[in-house]
Amino acid sequence: MTLLYALLALGALALIFGIVLGYAAVKYRVESNPIVEQIDAILPQTQCGQCGYPGCRPYAEAIANGDDVNKCPPGGEATVKKLADLMGVEAKPLAGGEDAEPVKKVAYIREDECIGCTKCIQACPVDAIVGATRQMHTVLIDECTGCDLCVEPCPVDCIDMIPVAQTKQTWKWQLDAIPVTQID
Amino acid sequence: METLLEQIESGKLWQFPGGIHPPEQKTLSNQQPIARLPLPDKLILPLKQHIGANGSLLVNSGDHVLKGQALTAPGTNWSLPIHAPTSGTIEAIKPMPSAHPSALPELSIILRPDGEDKWTPLNPISDISTLDNKQLIDIIHQAGIAGMGGAGFPTYVKADSPKPIEFLVVNGIECEPYITADDRLMRERAKEIIAGVEVLQGILKPQKVLFGIEDNKPEAIAAITAAAQHNQDILVRSVPTKYPSGGEKQLVKLLTSKEVPSAGIPADIGVLVQNVGTLFAIWQAIFEGKPLIERVVTVTGNTIGQPSNVWALLGTEIKHLLDSQGFTPVEAQRVVMGGPMMGFTLPSVRIPVVKTTNCILAPDNQELAIPGDEKACIRCSACADACPQSLLPQQLQWFAKGKEYQKLEEYNLFDCIECGACSYVCPSEIPLVQYYRVAKADIREQKLEQVKAERAKERFEARKERLEREQEERQNKHKRRSAGAAPKAADKEKVQEALSRVKDKQSDKSTVQAAIARAKAKRGENGELEPDNSAIAEERAKRKAQARKYKEEKTDQPESTDKKDAVAAAIARAKAKKAAAQASPESEPAATDDKKAAVAAAIAQAKAKKAAAEDTAEPEANAAPSDKKAAVAAAIARAKAKKAAKKAEEAGESTVEQAEAAPTESAEEDPRKAAVAAAIARAKAKKAAKEAEEAGASVSEQAEAAPTESAEEDPRKAAVAAAIARAKAKKAAKEAEEAGASVSEQAEAASTESADEDPRKAAVAAAIAKAKAKKAAKEAEEAGASVSEQTEAASTESADEDPRKAAVAAAIARAKAKKAAKEAEEAGASVSEQAEAAPTASAEEDPRKAAVAAAIARAKAKKAAKEAQEAGESVSEQGEETNEPTAGSETDSSRTEQGAEGTSEQQQALSPEARKKAAVKAAIARAKAKKQAKEQEGNEPS
Repeated sequence: MTLLYALLALGALALIFGIVLGYAAVKYRVESNPIVEQIDAILPQTQCGQCGYPGCRPYAEAIANGDDVNKCPPGGEATVKKLADLMGVEAKPLAGGEDAEPVKKVAYIREDECIGCTKCIQACPVDAIVGATRQMHTVLIDECTGCDLCVEPCPVDCIDMIPVAQTKQTWKWQLDAIPVTQID
Repeated sequence: METLLEQIESGKLWQFPGGIHPPEQKTLSNQQPIARLPLPDKLILPLKQHIGANGSLLVNSGDHVLKGQALTAPGTNWSLPIHAPTSGTIEAIKPMPSAHPSALPELSIILRPDGEDKWTPLNPISDISTLDNKQLIDIIHQAGIAGMGGAGFPTYVKADSPKPIEFLVVNGIECEPYITADDRLMRERAKEIIAGVEVLQGILKPQKVLFGIEDNKPEAIAAITAAAQHNQDILVRSVPTKYPSGGEKQLVKLLTSKEVPSAGIPADIGVLVQNVGTLFAIWQAIFEGKPLIERVVTVTGNTIGQPSNVWALLGTEIKHLLDSQGFTPVEAQRVVMGGPMMGFTLPSVRIPVVKTTNCILAPDNQELAIPGDEKACIRCSACADACPQSLLPQQLQWFAKGKEYQKLEEYNLFDCIECGACSYVCPSEIPLVQYYRVAKADIREQKLEQVKAERAKERFEARKERLEREQEERQNKHKRRSAGAAPKAADKEKVQEALSRVKDKQSDKSTVQAAIARAKAKRGENGELEPDNSAIAEERAKRKAQARKYKEEKTDQPESTDKKDAVAAAIARAKAKKAAAQASPESEPAATDDKKAAVAAAIAQAKAKKAAAEDTAEPEANAAPSDKKAAVAAAIARAKAKKAAKKAEEAGESTVEQAEAAPTESAEEDPRKAAVAAAIARAKAKKAAKEAEEAGASVSEQAEAAPTESAEEDPRKAAVAAAIARAKAKKAAKEAEEAGASVSEQAEAASTESADEDPRKAAVAAAIAKAKAKKAAKEAEEAGASVSEQTEAASTESADEDPRKAAVAAAIARAKAKKAAKEAEEAGASVSEQAEAAPTASAEEDPRKAAVAAAIARAKAKKAAKEAQEAGESVSEQGEETNEPTAGSETDSSRTEQGAEGTSEQQQALSPEARKKAAVKAAIARAKAKKQAKEQEGNEPS
């Protein structure tokens, strides 16, 4: 009889917890994999495809599924480090081995050479190029992510990637710089 | 318990944590009155000397300006104007090194003083009670006044505080060592400063004005107390000397016990802090009408002969200040802008004085030691003790070195006021503040990039969405259109009618032609030698005339036909050559006529042959003669299509009778096209020759002639052509049926025959068929219009009118040809033996295959369009292939696009583009289907 009580009690507990868990699973269901969102937030959103995926989100999904975290050249080491932290993996040097900190660049269209083919407009993942057929195109520098994707399709090679000019706002103290003074 | 106000009134002061007591060094410069400098020979005025945006330029290079004249107009975003500090000429407006540690160039106005120092008309206010707050603030704004303590925050923004101000704090602390500018100003201009305070009092209506002065400036305290005696609301407070009491947050804490919240401003707690220099500038702006064009600058340091305070015009080069005060530089001389604690070493002395420049320090190497090497942190916590913001400098330093930005933010890095107290006390000489500055800049940059990334993501997603939407819309449109196209049975009927009508006309001719063809065929069987090409070329004119005659009369001359064939071939080739050689179109109008005639003859013959074949049911009869004809016809058809594409309007001239003229014209007009066509034609001829060999049928001298021109081609293509011809024949048969004429059988027979025995003929037939299709389409439109006498004519017309249609038709025909070729392979020998076999098979297999093939052809055309530029190269390639890209290139981009889309959508997918095209295609497909089995009539590819 004691055995029966024990079984009944345990069975009741199991039932209650089962119901609670089942309810929680439905009630607090997470729609998408939140890790993907987190990874996507870390990625620089240049949508350049240098990682081999068609945009930042696909790469985020790939990382969530176990791809390497070091395939994002625009993000540089900082991004690799963050991703490694997030994913709990070892931070590896950037794949491709190029210099760690990429120089920030934006596209520049040499406008007198532009033939207005709109190919770069179609290539731009963030709609940062304005122009119309047979009209000169130009780049909205503030919106350009420097992804490089417009350079290839240009039939007249009139797009340059130029480094963003340094301003007082973006200037940084160089701790290890050798002071250079202008002798006057 | 006293209230806060009571406590303040009772003179109570509070303490802020930390702080240091560096050597003051103020006596160096505070003994002499503020001096006036000689006018510099050049003033450099950066457009932006404060926090916020710069104004828009009001002057141009070369303009003469008066002292006090505004050089920029303020816009939005906290922008302030700048004014000419003296009268003179604007020498240039260009980027110059700025007063910033980086000395990054900034757009500046370079003013060359004329020495007259002539004022612009001023508008001083004697009684501020006549003005309301808005007017006063506007005066402050227009005077370009920014906080002169160091940050350079626009004063008009502060004065226009939306929050109620409880205490107005006047900052006369000047806690940094060496600097005495405010000290001297307070001593000399106390009344004016108090007047400035009263202006702000009037605007902000604070309960009390707290005037804080460090107790190391007793003269200043005395002067201000005396000046402020009449105003009970101004409480002058002498505060103990401690660095950094002059920090805004520290001063607020010191005088009011309130703490400015993290990331907040004093206005959040009802306090407003103004520097004495700013208040003096306010007084000047209102009571003298003078804008901010000069300020007091302390020029001090052991390398300065007469350290003192000077009135320096904004834009004066530091070099001028130093030189005029007796500067004797030492080795590795440093010149610091600002104080020793918070200032920065200037990279050059060619940098101008700006609104925030309060001190120029030129120390020798003893008084301001060159920092030694950084040593390891010994965790003495002296920095934490010294920090006036109660931060943990040591922790921050670790995080900054490790670039752990998130941790830095958690440890409130952004509350650091960069006072330098921690660095000052550090026994290991760690440049802590430098680390924080770098880290702050990095974090700011990261945040900026984060924002940018967010925006990029948004834009990327918006774009993706847009592209998807567009795609969907396009698909919907296709669906609608194709749905709308389906019930256009009436249109198709019309097409059928038109086709049958054409057929009727052709069949009229066919009896005559049949005879000719028969004769020809016989001769071909006999194996008569055809004259070689060169001979033909020589006699071209004559033969052309003959050909024309033949065409006109349409009578006997069976013997002449073979010659004509040769002629036609020769002409086609010659034309191509000529065209390739870029012969001018006007060179030989006669030749053109000849050619026309020849071409027409060729076409006519082809038809005649077909008809004859139908009549006599002699499958292998006309193989030989039609070889070149076929080529010619193909060339013509294609040339027509191209020409039409290119010169639709010109082609309008080429009338129904002169259908042949069109190809000729086109050939002349566009030699390259002609060349291409010729190449194709030749290729076909070769192919045909090959085929003929295989077939073992009349492999005549013509066939031989053809191969001589170049290497053999794919025999399959011939089969393809045959298939096309058959398809056409089927269609024709159908039409004939409808027309009730006996032509149908003939046409069918003819096509079958031609396909069977003579692939060349098939090619011809293909061309004709294509033309027919076009014509039919055209006719569908005009319905009752007089149909062209000749198929070619019609085709020309249609080609003229709708070049794209022609291109489409060509593509379809080609696609069909391919399919047929495929089948021909399968069929093997049966192709050569039994014409019927192959087409039937193809027709039987699936009309859908044709559609698929058409789609493929279209895709190819698209590709061709892409390679249009390279088309010239591809000309040398296989005739078929060349033809396709060329035809494709003629189509415009929309066509190309459609081709891409329509790959899977078959003929009806095209119909939205041009109903006619669809109708033509439908007719072809239907004809095939019908021919194969009547029950498949309803089985249109759709």
